[in-house]
Amino acid sequence: MRLELRGITKRFGALVANDHIDLVVEPGEIHCLLGENGAGKSTLMNVLYGLYDADEGEILLDGEVQDFDGPGDAMAAGIGMVHQHFMLVPVFSVAENVMLGHEVTRGPGLLDLESARATVRDTADRFGFHVDPDAVVEDLPVGVQQRVEIIKALSRDAQVLVFDEPTAVLTPQETDELMSIMRQLRDEGKAIVFITHKLREVREVADRITVVRHGKVVGEAEPTASDNELASLMVGRAVQLTVDKQAARPRENELAVRNLVVARQDGQVVVDDLSFTVHGGEILVVAGVQGNGQTELTEALLGLHPGGSGSISLDGNELRGRSVRQILDAGVGFVPEDRSTDGLVGEFTIAENLILDRTAGPPFVRAGSLQLAARDEFAREKVNEYDVRTIGIDLPVGRLSGGNQQKVVLARELSRELRLLVAAQPTRGVDVGSIEFIHKQIVAARDTGIPVVVVSTELDEAVALADRILIMYRGKVVGIVPADTPRDVLGLMMAGIAPETEGEAA
Amino acid sequence: MSDASGRHPAEEPENPLDEAAQRAAAEHEPGLAEELEQERAREAAPAIEETDDRWRDAFRRVAAGGWAVSLGAILLAVIAGSLMIIVTDEAVQAAAGYFFARPGDMLTAAAEAVGGAYSALFQGAVYNFGADTFAAGIRPLTQTLTNATPLIAAGLGVAIAFRAGLLNIGGQGQMLVSAAAAGWVGFGLTGLPVVVHLIVAMVAGILAGALWAGIAGLLKARTGAHEVIVTIMLNYVAYYLVSYFLATPGLMQAPGSANPKTPPTPESATLPPLLGERYNLHWGFVLSLLAVVVVWWLLNRSAVGFSYRAVGENPRAARVAGIDVPRATVSVMLVAGALVGLAGITQVLGTVTTGFGADIDAGIGFDAITVALLGNSNPVGVLGAGILFGGFKAGGSAMQAAEGIPIEIVLVVQSLIVLFIAAPPLVRAIFRLPQPGSTPKKKRSQTARKEVSA
Repeated sequence: MRLELRGITKRFGALVANDHIDLVVEPGEIHCLLGENGAGKSTLMNVLYGLYDADEGEILLDGEVQDFDGPGDAMAAGIGMVHQHFMLVPVFSVAENVMLGHEVTRGPGLLDLESARATVRDTADRFGFHVDPDAVVEDLPVGVQQRVEIIKALSRDAQVLVFDEPTAVLTPQETDELMSIMRQLRDEGKAIVFITHKLREVREVADRITVVRHGKVVGEAEPTASDNELASLMVGRAVQLTVDKQAARPRENELAVRNLVVARQDGQVVVDDLSFTVHGGEILVVAGVQGNGQTELTEALLGLHPGGSGSISLDGNELRGRSVRQILDAGVGFVPEDRSTDGLVGEFTIAENLILDRTAGPPFVRAGSLQLAARDEFAREKVNEYDVRTIGIDLPVGRLSGGNQQKVVLARELSRELRLLVAAQPTRGVDVGSIEFIHKQIVAARDTGIPVVVVSTELDEAVALADRILIMYRGKVVGIVPADTPRDVLGLMMAGIAPETEGEAA
Repeated sequence: MSDASGRHPAEEPENPLDEAAQRAAAEHEPGLAEELEQERAREAAPAIEETDDRWRDAFRRVAAGGWAVSLGAILLAVIAGSLMIIVTDEAVQAAAGYFFARPGDMLTAAAEAVGGAYSALFQGAVYNFGADTFAAGIRPLTQTLTNATPLIAAGLGVAIAFRAGLLNIGGQGQMLVSAAAAGWVGFGLTGLPVVVHLIVAMVAGILAGALWAGIAGLLKARTGAHEVIVTIMLNYVAYYLVSYFLATPGLMQAPGSANPKTPPTPESATLPPLLGERYNLHWGFVLSLLAVVVVWWLLNRSAVGFSYRAVGENPRAARVAGIDVPRATVSVMLVAGALVGLAGITQVLGTVTTGFGADIDAGIGFDAITVALLGNSNPVGVLGAGILFGGFKAGGSAMQAAEGIPIEIVLVVQSLIVLFIAAPPLVRAIFRLPQPGSTPKKKRSQTARKEVSA
């Protein structure tokens, strides 16, 4: 089925999220929609999927104009979507999820689960992977959950498949498998839209590439285009993909983690006997696929997991057993993984968020009273220094873009006197331009001579930023390796396979 | 680094005005919508697991409904009330019998009924034009303010808890224990000097309210027990405990009486009248006004209030920022209880000084929730809402006396106000108010429903 979007325009109030976008996807091709976060890719796909009404323009399937009133219409017309955030019911089985929304019944109101099971098995067999139709979705690894989404889309005879940032949660190996599934689908004659901002994947799998920026199509590119060409199309100028930094000059001061064990509330051990050392003036990137204990490790560093065992000592002072307040006061800067839930109060203004963890005393609080003048002056200064794009310091921080929100978090954390910086996924959901700025700030923090721990699931970022890389798998250290370790070795390590020559067990 | 994020167009702005416009445009760039969208998707996922958060979220949205919605809700409720007056009015019913013969009669009757009712309401709540002197004419207003006194204080107690994300449904219990404590100090302790006696009684009442609410805060902080359930149950505990005290000679029952009622509050423990003996208005009103100022300062200017609001808006971020969330929970409930306690003492030491029974809370503990909602959980708003409801209370009885309109109509209007406030999209749609930056959200929720039905 040939998909054509003609002059799609979608406005939200004054802002134009999609500005006369034209896109043609032929059957049997993988069409990459490339653009940085916030370029308007997801909006476009939500228009296609009937979630939004386009203000202008039309959607054509095989030359016929469609009028989608909701996802149901889009699905019926043969459009399937694999969402960035899986739209599965966690407590349902695979088969139940696949049939959800177009339940097959046998007799009055009896679900025909057997036919759903058969669909799951057939589809899985066709692509050479195994999915148990009776497994409960929440028990499955994310890579398998994604396949359930694909099966679900295919079970409705989707001819146009949209993959919205599908690789964000996958290991490199799982990504490769996904790519091969996508190629297979293409060879079956499906039209595939692949939304991403990862250049490597685009070049690997795309037949055609359309680059979107600021809601407009800014160009088409060949899969043979270089990373730098694609990146500059995306952001409109040349960007550095590598982080510009000097070799690390480690110092005596250090963060030493010994035999750290962290358990979740349900008793599951998520950080399992972890030990490592980071010296001052050094960046240790904790790499790994999301959900292998990195989040809990950073939270434990801040004292958010009071249970568990082991030791965390910063410059010889034990941090475990202290409250979050005491740890912040000991000079730990913390950039949480999910800034919107853990780092910022969305309804608070930029100025209020900039002093969120500094209300224990001067200069922003005297005699229990907020010092508004000092706060606002500080806020204006930081907004300038960190180039936060805003109309004012009184704007609720939730209305900023992801990159600007992250700059607010960084500005707050880096403006205290730090002895350790912990940054979890500092560039997630951040546009390319801001990524560069954030990386520079992190390197600058390192160069003040403090130890820096960065958690990243992006291999590119890990390699670019790290002085050393620690790879975590299922709560354990797979190895600690130099930053110039080959990617395939890192990829295997992220899947839990330690290299033959054991990395230094610092 | 001015173009670090690559969001500015290549052309440099010509003049500062252009630049400002571009900054504004940058603020409204396409990225924003998607960012928000992703944010919402992220929020939506945990909401399914954590009902608590969803309640909190829903509540916050209701509380932050905005002034326009409050006004719209009042207007809609008054219109609905008018319809009820018309329907229940006997003259209108009679005229409706020959509506097709003389439709004018019914319309006139309807207009008279509604006009008379609201005129009576106004004269009963603000100024009585039938009175001979100004002093007599203004009497309804002083009654309104007297009624508003406990509503404002208790409304503040509910509002400040709201702002910290807690639903204090325990106003009734907190008022009862504070009234009991203040009353007991009032008639039980004798021989204290005049001013000291009053102050001791006040402090006892406020402390009792604070501690009663503090129980709920402590249980929430330590065990995660939901404050709604705990405060509601504490209402029953307080009610039956106080009832028992009131019915037991030697505890709180007036000596020589068989009724479950206390002795009168002695003069030395009474809040003096504010405008002389001829009006009921007492110094408790000034205390409530002071409480408005204190709570405003606390919420908007103090570090403690900052932490309350942070905990209320996003407890996780508050925790990461080093704020002790359990401690904030306990302390805000103490403050909330103290404020409701203030409502309790103004009742027994000011308004009802002839001895009180277990109905001394007079539904104020629950009305306070309404007042806090209508006042947008904002101290100044609570002041206005408290006075409005005080006026309804004062004017409602006048309406009944003068026009024979059941006082229940006023209660219907009050309840409708809350109902409309709880449904801001409805009010916004009727008055075509702008949706606060959430055009896509509305669309999304509609389509989500479609998806389900598809």
